[in-house]
Amino acid sequence: MNKKQKKFVVALAIICLGASITPRVNAMHIMEGYLPLKFCIAWGIICIPFFAAGYFNLKRIVTEHRKALIVLAMCGAYAFVLSALKIPSVTGSSSHPTGTGLGAILFGPSVMSILGVIVLLFQALLLAHGGLTTLGANTFSMAIAGPFVAYAVYKLSLKCKLPKLTAVFLAAALGDLLTYCVTSLQLALAYPAEVGGVGASMVKFMGIFAVTQVPIAIIEGIVTALVVMTLSSYAGNELKEIGFMKGGIKNEQ
Amino acid sequence: MNSNGKKAILLILLCVVIAVVPLIVIKDSEFGGSDDAASQAISQLTGGEEYTPWFSPVYEPPGGETESLLFCLQAALGAGIFGYGIGVLKERRKYTKE
Repeated sequence: MNKKQKKFVVALAIICLGASITPRVNAMHIMEGYLPLKFCIAWGIICIPFFAAGYFNLKRIVTEHRKALIVLAMCGAYAFVLSALKIPSVTGSSSHPTGTGLGAILFGPSVMSILGVIVLLFQALLLAHGGLTTLGANTFSMAIAGPFVAYAVYKLSLKCKLPKLTAVFLAAALGDLLTYCVTSLQLALAYPAEVGGVGASMVKFMGIFAVTQVPIAIIEGIVTALVVMTLSSYAGNELKEIGFMKGGIKNEQ
Repeated sequence: MNSNGKKAILLILLCVVIAVVPLIVIKDSEFGGSDDAASQAISQLTGGEEYTPWFSPVYEPPGGETESLLFCLQAALGAGIFGYGIGVLKERRKYTKE
């Protein structure tokens, strides 16, 4: 993003934050029709600045790093595959990984807001999975919060001198897990318990989403690390170009 | 096979184990989606009666078969593009080396 675009995104963020607070935010995929209208609108508005940042970054990648486009397409495809895999979990129900960590680590988190919303639209329109009314909330959890956490965890892990692949594993796994923590929070805000309020509801929803998600997050972390390992040996030039391969990956660790 | 290949196979096996163990250990479950469990929780929180969503999906697959078709399609599209990418990158490296 250049300076002008950055200013635009920041201004948009301030406006949208202001606008989303007004409809009293008393505060996975949430199913169609399961979130009260004002929450749908609020979460939708919060997503807008992230879309803008994602759009500018995507535009920059497309014009400046044409060679890396195939890797970008692969990141989108990765999220597409992983969110179709419903994996059984120890809680007796199943859930699916998000696949957004890979793109967030390689291209930066804002880009995933655009790629993620494409996946969510496909699922909402064709599979009745998630929904159009809850698209804003689901986008925020899966395509914004998850990728940003993944990115932060990745950077932090590198700061702590962890090996690159370990950093990738932690980033993808925690990004996945947090997606469902945010989903729990979104539902808890909309459905506070009579006794205990938002906190009690949050615990209830976390018991459903987050616990189910733990083993699935570990799987996503492992698979993402494997993909990064593969990409670093076949697409080293592209990864260098987008600034990922600084220092390279030491495979023998 | 080099050590990376071996490591990769071990890690993939670990993923399979994590996914299969619940199927063996937990006997009486259909492994429904966690969102179904969440909608039950919402019904409890809103006073025990069944929650009626205020908006219904614009299109709902007519039954499990069509739904699994569309899920397959999603996975196939993604895997196709991803596999194509890996193939292109791998071949390119082979020819640029020589």
